[in-house]
Amino acid sequence: MIARRRAAVDHSERVSSVLDDRRAAQRKLAKEQAAHHDQHGKRRKHRHKRKRHKDSAYRVAVKPEGTLGVALPVAPASPPPPSSAPVPAVGSAPITLAQARRLLWRAGFGPAPGQAEALVGQPLEQVVFALTRPSGPATLTGPEPVNEEGKPLEPASAWGDDHCWWLDRMVRSDQQLVERLTLIFHDWFANSNAQVDSQQLMLDQNELFRAMALGSFEDLFQAVTTNPAMLLFLNGTSNNRWDPNENYAREMMELFSLGADRGAYTEDDVREMARALTGWRNDWSEALGDYDFRFDSSYHDAGSKTVFGQTGKWNYEDAVRLCVGHPLHASFFVTKLWGYFVASAPSEATLASLQGLYVSSGYSIRAVVEAILQHPDFYEGPEMVTPPVVYNAGLLRSISRPIDTTAWAWLSANAGQQLFYPPNVSGWDFTRWLDTSTARARWEMASYVTSKTYPNPWPAEGEPQYSATEDPAAALSSALSYWANPRLSPESEQCIAAFAQSCFAEPLASWQKSPYRAMRQNALRMLIATSPDMQVS
Amino acid sequence: MARSCSCDDFTRSQLLRRGAAIAGKGLPGIEPGMPMPAGTGMDRRTFLLRSAGAALSVYGASMLGPRHFEEGIAQAAAAGGSGEPVLVSIFMEGGWDALSVLAPVGEARYKELRPVLGLQEGAGRVFTEDETLMWHPAAGGLAELHEEGKVTVFPAIGYEPSEESHFTSRHYWEVGQLDANARSGWMGRYLDLVGDPDNPLQGLSLDYSLAPALATETMPVAAVSSPADYTMWAYGLGEPVAGPALETFGALGALPAPSPAYAQARAASYDTGLVLEEMANFVTTEKESGDHATVTYPPGEFAERLAVLAAMLHNGMPIKCVSLNAVGSYDTHAGEVDTLSTNLEQTVPALVAFQRDLEARGLDGRVLIQLWSEFGRRPRENGSGTDHGAGGVAFLIGTRVAGKMIGEFPGLTNLDENENLIRTSDYRGMYCSLLEQWFQTEAGLVIPEAATFERPVLVA
Repeated sequence: MIARRRAAVDHSERVSSVLDDRRAAQRKLAKEQAAHHDQHGKRRKHRHKRKRHKDSAYRVAVKPEGTLGVALPVAPASPPPPSSAPVPAVGSAPITLAQARRLLWRAGFGPAPGQAEALVGQPLEQVVFALTRPSGPATLTGPEPVNEEGKPLEPASAWGDDHCWWLDRMVRSDQQLVERLTLIFHDWFANSNAQVDSQQLMLDQNELFRAMALGSFEDLFQAVTTNPAMLLFLNGTSNNRWDPNENYAREMMELFSLGADRGAYTEDDVREMARALTGWRNDWSEALGDYDFRFDSSYHDAGSKTVFGQTGKWNYEDAVRLCVGHPLHASFFVTKLWGYFVASAPSEATLASLQGLYVSSGYSIRAVVEAILQHPDFYEGPEMVTPPVVYNAGLLRSISRPIDTTAWAWLSANAGQQLFYPPNVSGWDFTRWLDTSTARARWEMASYVTSKTYPNPWPAEGEPQYSATEDPAAALSSALSYWANPRLSPESEQCIAAFAQSCFAEPLASWQKSPYRAMRQNALRMLIATSPDMQVS
Repeated sequence: MARSCSCDDFTRSQLLRRGAAIAGKGLPGIEPGMPMPAGTGMDRRTFLLRSAGAALSVYGASMLGPRHFEEGIAQAAAAGGSGEPVLVSIFMEGGWDALSVLAPVGEARYKELRPVLGLQEGAGRVFTEDETLMWHPAAGGLAELHEEGKVTVFPAIGYEPSEESHFTSRHYWEVGQLDANARSGWMGRYLDLVGDPDNPLQGLSLDYSLAPALATETMPVAAVSSPADYTMWAYGLGEPVAGPALETFGALGALPAPSPAYAQARAASYDTGLVLEEMANFVTTEKESGDHATVTYPPGEFAERLAVLAAMLHNGMPIKCVSLNAVGSYDTHAGEVDTLSTNLEQTVPALVAFQRDLEARGLDGRVLIQLWSEFGRRPRENGSGTDHGAGGVAFLIGTRVAGKMIGEFPGLTNLDENENLIRTSDYRGMYCSLLEQWFQTEAGLVIPEAATFERPVLVA
């Protein structure tokens, strides 16, 4: 093998040979697992002799995958023209449990206990409409969020309270899709408080996303362009006729509306667009920080600019209008939005129809989301990795735990997603949520989720002891029901069941019987919550 | 404490024999906190080998067959002891301003282009290879290392045609090619070529998440934000149940996956299981060796990470490629004077401390540090900052670098069609030279169209 590695083979040949190796390894793995299950009972007997046993059959020589992650769909440079053909839809067939679970995880923050089960059999279309057509203000059910001292959160001033304030809405709001879209637009127009330096301005922007989440994208884009947090984050108020600052001009095209590497705009367009956007300014004082954001025509470059080949005395409103009216905008918008919900790229026909729907509906976000959530690819396509904050909210929802600590802010940060602090203006990298650092952080997060409800193996005198007789099957079923019975793959469930069988050796001394079973219960809860199955939907 | 070269007296064949003998007996487990090597039946070298990831091969030998066993041992031995080269890639995020890091104070147009931001002649040290250039006052540490011949400077590095998007340009650097759709990182592809399927630490992101330049197609790599604290615990979970629980956590990662996202989740669990064992062993050895850095690092997370990295290398951890981010963002569209100084003040002294630590530990001959950024910034300032540009500055630091500037400073008289600094070296040429001269690997196996790039002499 080493000799082959050193050989000067062509790169593509190398890759394919590695892939062959991997397939061979996976076949080998499958065989070993079959062998493992056959001899499982026999090997179990010997385990207690080792202080730390090694389950060798699982320790394969080749891991299943590299670390590339799953590519996001990117709008093509030459998209099909918008089409008025209807977008493929599942229609009004009764929704299955698997479909309901996926919908609740991807268009919201996971099912509340029994929620997915209760939807089964309802027409799928109606279930989607219940998400996409909420009426009136959201209702938040359950206790108000508090910090570890039981005091109300101070989202505008205390570190981490902003994160937890929003996490609370994710957990409790009955308008789950609105919160999910708010999160999507926080990623789409990614501003970080690390630069904005005002939790209040970030919260104002958050409210803007929420209020406009299901409206017209053009309206949203206009509002974002003059939103104070954005003006600070991308130097909109440093952009004036004397010294144009290109920061917003570039990102509004590259990241917000058109996309890079598609030939949609030139470097000259960036420079001209920056001139169009001039004129915003604000004041700053020790007491108020940044305030009084306003358009000042004396700061604006009133001359004529040429953007996308169109010449005029463009201003910031024209700038947004020109982007949204650009022939490559609709394909960018629908592909980017699609990518938040579906792991595979849209087909040419779907891309054409979604564009048609988007343009004919007056750039309606609702119309496009509604179509995506009814698309067969949404339900039949491959899994997606659940973002950390969605995972956190989902675990809390499944055990009906309200926000009673602000630890979620740093726990989520460690897992790769602190709300109001995306890593940069392109938002979080959805292809790389999971690695050895963030997987460990998810374990820590899951443990904190159990912190108020775990059975203490060593209770104080007079406190209830955990069952001294619970058998492995009952233990597993109890742990699954703790998380409101999520779906595990048969392989994972079998592996966890094997652990339940063998994690301590019988017979136990009488003083060990309850404590060890309590620990087993806690371990099972952790293994279920942190299983690979629970990281995807 | 074993030095990096301690296996002079411990050849590969000895290791193999030793490993085989131990595997035959069956190893006892090593718990964090257990006295070492008492009770293990191992000498320190074998113990280190275990912490270097060979433990799995030893344990799994009977299940996995002799071939893998042999390879695992050989790999770990090669990586841990024989002075295998290490590359530490440090990213200056946001596009650092080359014309302030190495300011062309001797250029006629400099003051015209930089009326506010321009540095005053004499404010920093003169760049000895081109006296029209001056080091930023906060980059004095780099000047010092440069004068010792330990810095190779690329005063105007980039590629053609240049890209002014952060994300596109950074991606090009990360994947080592001008392809927006490429997925694997350039260091990741190197690791795919020479890596060990059971050693995630070979590609190490010292960060909260994995660096894209380390993304692999097949081999495992790791992200470890805080190496001294890489443990996992849970409420109400202790021994004897915790050990098997954590093993099951890793075992769940080795099961079949029906989709790429599933596979990603499984791989993360599996690799986490491996890293958990390796880091626990590292922390134990490090704590008990009493053999710590003699160099004082400045405060801060960046310096801490470099300090732990030096200790990990010292302990023989099988690390080949490392990635981490420097302090701060260099995307200085506004307020550049303060931001740039602050960032450099927090980054450069830590780098110097790291180099000095490596020197004190005798590791400096096998470690190279690469400093890079996605692009330089626009020569003409915008009043309080600078917009995105093209030609930028990069450095290679290490005792074994050739120390000669690669490509000249192109001057400010002629700029490119976008009014940006002209490029006088190509980053892909730097990668090719690093692969060939540092890693002794054929660059064409990693960098597409490698033959078309000039290879600067980087290693003395």
